[in-house]
Amino acid sequence: MQYLVSVIDDESSPGSTDRRPAISAFNERLIAEGYWVFAGGLAGTDAATVIDNRGEQTVFSDGPFVESKEYLAGVWVWEVPDLDVALKLAAEASKVCDRKIEVRPFQ
Amino acid sequence: MSDVKEAVTRAHQDEWARVVASLTRRFGDLDIAEEAAAEAFATAVERWPVDGVPPNPGAWLTTTAVRKAIDRIRRENKRDDKHKEAQMVYDNTPPEPLGVIDDDRLRLIFTCCHPALAMEARVALTLRMLGGLTMPEIARAFLVRETTLEQRITRAKAKIKAARIPYRVPAAEDLPARVSGVLAVLYLVFNEGYLATGPDTDPVRHDLTTEAIRLTRLIRALLPDDGEVTGLLALMLLTEARRTARVSVSGELVTLDEQDRGAWDKALIAEGHQLVRERLVAAAAGVAPGRYQILAAINAVHTSARDIRDTDWSQVVALYDQLVHLDSSPIVALNRAIAVAELDGPEVALAAVDRLEDELAGYHAYHATRADLLRRLGQSQQSRAAYDKAIELAGNTAQTANLTRRRDQLR
Repeated sequence: MQYLVSVIDDESSPGSTDRRPAISAFNERLIAEGYWVFAGGLAGTDAATVIDNRGEQTVFSDGPFVESKEYLAGVWVWEVPDLDVALKLAAEASKVCDRKIEVRPFQ
Repeated sequence: MSDVKEAVTRAHQDEWARVVASLTRRFGDLDIAEEAAAEAFATAVERWPVDGVPPNPGAWLTTTAVRKAIDRIRRENKRDDKHKEAQMVYDNTPPEPLGVIDDDRLRLIFTCCHPALAMEARVALTLRMLGGLTMPEIARAFLVRETTLEQRITRAKAKIKAARIPYRVPAAEDLPARVSGVLAVLYLVFNEGYLATGPDTDPVRHDLTTEAIRLTRLIRALLPDDGEVTGLLALMLLTEARRTARVSVSGELVTLDEQDRGAWDKALIAEGHQLVRERLVAAAAGVAPGRYQILAAINAVHTSARDIRDTDWSQVVALYDQLVHLDSSPIVALNRAIAVAELDGPEVALAAVDRLEDELAGYHAYHATRADLLRRLGQSQQSRAAYDKAIELAGNTAQTANLTRRRDQLR
């Protein structure tokens, strides 16, 4: 079962910036234990572009698809047997990243 | 005829959770398990009056429910699911032992009370899947529309399936944290029964307190060494023992000081005291008691007193002091202050209560307590204002009646 694990940051109270070494160590453990599928940090939402090509013309707009003080800062994809394993890892991930985490299953 | 009816009712109480749990294990699907169980009970209602009550109703119901489930899967499955169907239908292998205790019902409880589900969904699912209460019954109990409740349960079941919430007793290291969630659900059900929140329901819901006690007994049978499970059961029994003395014939709430103690249920008190003693032995051996055990001990002190004057208030205050260390909530502080009033007088208690205003200004019991303390201090006008506020905030009809009488007795 695969889960999308989103790291959520908050513009008004951002998480600490020195998390890289801890995240690397956590990632190595995910790989060693066979849960790792994919991961990546994202550039800021000001680097986002939204494309809408449902109409006659393609519309490009500058910025994220939803404006809010909370935004997606990075993602993992984990392969785990069930939600309990995902939640346990996510609780650790939240500590390691110093940010909120959303766990959502793939269909 | 009425014997058969009684047998069906008893089987429903005793076997519902077992049937649902065993089908959930076998088919891995809450919907199938629940609907097949309901069909099996409907069949029992038809068959038992004709064929007689089977010697082992539980086995009969499970077998019938399994057959119904298989019929249903056969009916609904599409061709490309044939393989899965074959597995479901013919898989009779015993379940792998998962978690620390292998009981289907225990797994079902932990699934229904999973922390990834919202609290109200946990309550509704537990009452439906384990208690066997119908949707209208649960909806009435929690004052929600039936459609709202149905959505809640449907959504919770869908989340269990889509997010893959496991049907499993948590591992030993996670068990204490997960049990506390289960106990919170059961305590919520009990409290809704003991002091119903709405103006449109009976002030005391016997069906809900009974159900909460029944489910807590089940947990205790499955986890006999968990102190908080025992504590919660003792707390419920000692509270339930006073139920009949708690509402007057005119429908008014009778507070502890005015209750007819002769009307308390002696058997429930004896059982509750026995459980509290069991925990005291454990505490003496160095096991620190949790919240429910302390609350049960407080209730044991109350139920040991022949009348209100006979109550060992210093013991009650000492127990609240212990509770404050575990739970620093303003509601605990408020209840402690009520006991302090008996020990050190209303003035000391009022000072403690007034400090809680910021946090409890919207809580009826805060104003009711202030009103009572102000009355005892002879400050009638302020007392009246506090009663007015309490009446405005209280939802329970018996409680409103009690507060109104007390206010009107002020001079």
